[in-house]
Amino acid sequence: MVKKLVAIAILAGIAFMLYGLFASYTQKETLPKTSRYYAIKGPDELGSANLVTSVVVTYRGLDTLGEVTILFTVASIIGFFLRSRTKREARAENPRETSEILHTGVAFLVPIIFVFGAYVFIGGHLSPGGGFQGGAIIASGTLLLFLAQPKTSGGHTLITFVESVSGIAYVGIGIAGIFLANGFLDNRILPVGEFGTIFSAGAIPIIYSLIGLKVGAELSAILYKLKDAKEDA
Amino acid sequence: MSFFLVLTVVLCAVMLGSAGMALYHKNLAATVIAAGLVSLVASIIYLILAAPDVAMTEAAIGSGLSTVMFFYVLKRVRGGENG
Repeated sequence: MVKKLVAIAILAGIAFMLYGLFASYTQKETLPKTSRYYAIKGPDELGSANLVTSVVVTYRGLDTLGEVTILFTVASIIGFFLRSRTKREARAENPRETSEILHTGVAFLVPIIFVFGAYVFIGGHLSPGGGFQGGAIIASGTLLLFLAQPKTSGGHTLITFVESVSGIAYVGIGIAGIFLANGFLDNRILPVGEFGTIFSAGAIPIIYSLIGLKVGAELSAILYKLKDAKEDA
Repeated sequence: MSFFLVLTVVLCAVMLGSAGMALYHKNLAATVIAAGLVSLVASIIYLILAAPDVAMTEAAIGSGLSTVMFFYVLKRVRGGENG
């Protein structure tokens, strides 16, 4: 009873705080100062057709690096706590054979999913999407592969390799921005190019592709760890 | 405009319903599916609010990957309080 009263009191408190926000909300006629700068100067300065991408990758690039680092830390912690099975244990477990429908469907769908994921992060400066979205799509492709073949335990070396190389290259491009352009993670180390074409916006497509590969590899690694974890771990 | 308003209200109702189901349903597999449904509806609402980038992330991670991760974890903790 006391527990329920406390819960209701907390809910009422949160509702009160949110009501303050709701009551003071008025629709703004003009953009705030920073947003106006991004909206007006962004396309000319960085050459990215998708304004969200130019903010995420360049203006707030350091935050994105932080997000990728958080994801990496999470993947490492999951790997630390879940011990994987040895090969003999995996063979002894002998899971049920997966169905023919799943096999055929996966063989047909996975290449399409991978290509779509790559399209989403390569075109991140032109259309909605980008590294995180494309990486998640690629990870769902690897998830399908894992579901179709629960016995095989290969691919972990490849996942780790892709993750490390793309992470190092991401930071390397960021540092190159200090020397060749105006600062860390500046995209103008390459020519900005013609607005709205695939080879434009300087280094943004490269950076977003690296983020996409890294996020895809990290999420795949988490799924791999969960799939391969020991029963009693 | 009013079409989108009605659609948003309906989607919010679906979202609240599935969130309640995620909290109170007895079957754990059903609650995981309901939690995924919350994310799916949220991604549609993001799309109506003209934020396609966020909608893609929510659909891929919220309703796709995290649902599957919950199922993996559910497989590990079988035999707990509610079986």
